[in-house]
Amino acid sequence: MEFLKVNGIYKKFDNTEVLKGIDFTLEKGEVLSIIGSSGSGKTTLLRCLNLLERADKGTVEINGNLVIDAEAEAKYTDRQIREKRLHMGLVFQQFNLFPQYNVVDNLTLAPILRVKERKDLSKEQKNLEIEKIKSRALEMLQTVGLSEKARSYPCEISGGQQQRVAIARALMLNPDILCFDEPTSALDPELTGEVLKVIKSLKTSDRTMIIVTHEMEFAKNVSDKVIFMADGVIEEMGSPEDVFEFPKSQKLIAFLNKANETF
Amino acid sequence: MTFWQVTLNLLEGFKMTCSIFALTLVLALPLGLIISFGSMSRFKPLKAVVKVFVWIIRGVPLMLQLFIVFYLPGFLFGTPLFSRFVATIIAFSINYACYFSEIYRAGIEAIPRGQIEAGQVLGMTKFQIFTRITLMQVIKRIVPPMGNEIITLVKDTALARVIIVVEIIKVAEEMMAYAIIWPLFYTAVFYLVFVGALTLLFGWLEKKMSYYKV
Repeated sequence: MEFLKVNGIYKKFDNTEVLKGIDFTLEKGEVLSIIGSSGSGKTTLLRCLNLLERADKGTVEINGNLVIDAEAEAKYTDRQIREKRLHMGLVFQQFNLFPQYNVVDNLTLAPILRVKERKDLSKEQKNLEIEKIKSRALEMLQTVGLSEKARSYPCEISGGQQQRVAIARALMLNPDILCFDEPTSALDPELTGEVLKVIKSLKTSDRTMIIVTHEMEFAKNVSDKVIFMADGVIEEMGSPEDVFEFPKSQKLIAFLNKANETF
Repeated sequence: MTFWQVTLNLLEGFKMTCSIFALTLVLALPLGLIISFGSMSRFKPLKAVVKVFVWIIRGVPLMLQLFIVFYLPGFLFGTPLFSRFVATIIAFSINYACYFSEIYRAGIEAIPRGQIEAGQVLGMTKFQIFTRITLMQVIKRIVPPMGNEIITLVKDTALARVIIVVEIIKVAEEMMAYAIIWPLFYTAVFYLVFVGALTLLFGWLEKKMSYYKV
């Protein structure tokens, strides 16, 4: 059974149709790359999946649960939306670390707040949970290779390191699906490598990821599935070989030629 | 009158100056935040009302507002509603809250959208996002303009004398009735010391928050 099922996602901003009905499915543990030129709707799609934008039509199912139903979305309470968001993790193009907190506090802030909110735990149990979160944060920092920066502030580390921290932060809540919105687009070329390496290392049998990216080589190497978007529709979808080696649509061929242009 | 006696008299007036200052600050800081929420409200009628209110309060001289708060109730109802001191605090608090609200608004609107979205995707509530993420960044941004406004408040307290609140300048003016003018100039020392202390305080605050960049 499909782990993620996206059905007819449609989104309009004022009079512009940004997404004209997006359908795709993903198995657990698969990595999906979404490519396409700017303005094709890639980022909006990701934002709809994360409920940062509300889709006008369509549904999203994760693991058999209906997570997004555009028709019903207006009626969701804030609390429901929060719970729904936790199915997804999102790493932003601009990292969006919290500048006033050090690295480890960036990781633990939201999970600790969630524990504190719980009414079913006694004070001792809460403290125990909080200790677990703190040690988990250190594990996550190790995963992204930044253990020694735990006490640094975001302004003290490089862009690449900040993005790795942002990845660790997104992992803290153990999302069903981890999304990346052009994770290296705001980075200097020499810093993209370290971030892509970390993302690649996250690829395990049960971690499902969606990556919006302009890094074609990376998309080719890391993905199980590639979607090429143009003008709000999925123009082409398939395995990396299909999409990169044997593109069918004219738009994709033109896009790939442009991406491969050397100067 | 000896120098010592004048100093003591002025100190008595300065106490009143400090009371107006402190009470205004304590009331206007939170009130300004509430007004700023109103001026950023997505509910259009509320936003419009708040904007007009801020326009009137910032558009009319504070001196006139003092007269209005103190004398208007008496004029309308035949009996004053507030004492001179209470009228002063009301006029000052509302006036300064409006100025503060604009500083808050600028500070809040300068927070990148991404900071709020990062909190949202991590499952934080609106309240948590405001208190844990936005507020600290707003505070850092607004310390310099707030410092400016608060220093202005120190000196604006002298306006209270128009409704016969006996603050330091009023005390000095009363001495002029005995043809002693120098205490009036001497009051500057009190203001300078006070503002000097505030300047140091704000400098310290800025330094305290310099460990992060927004």
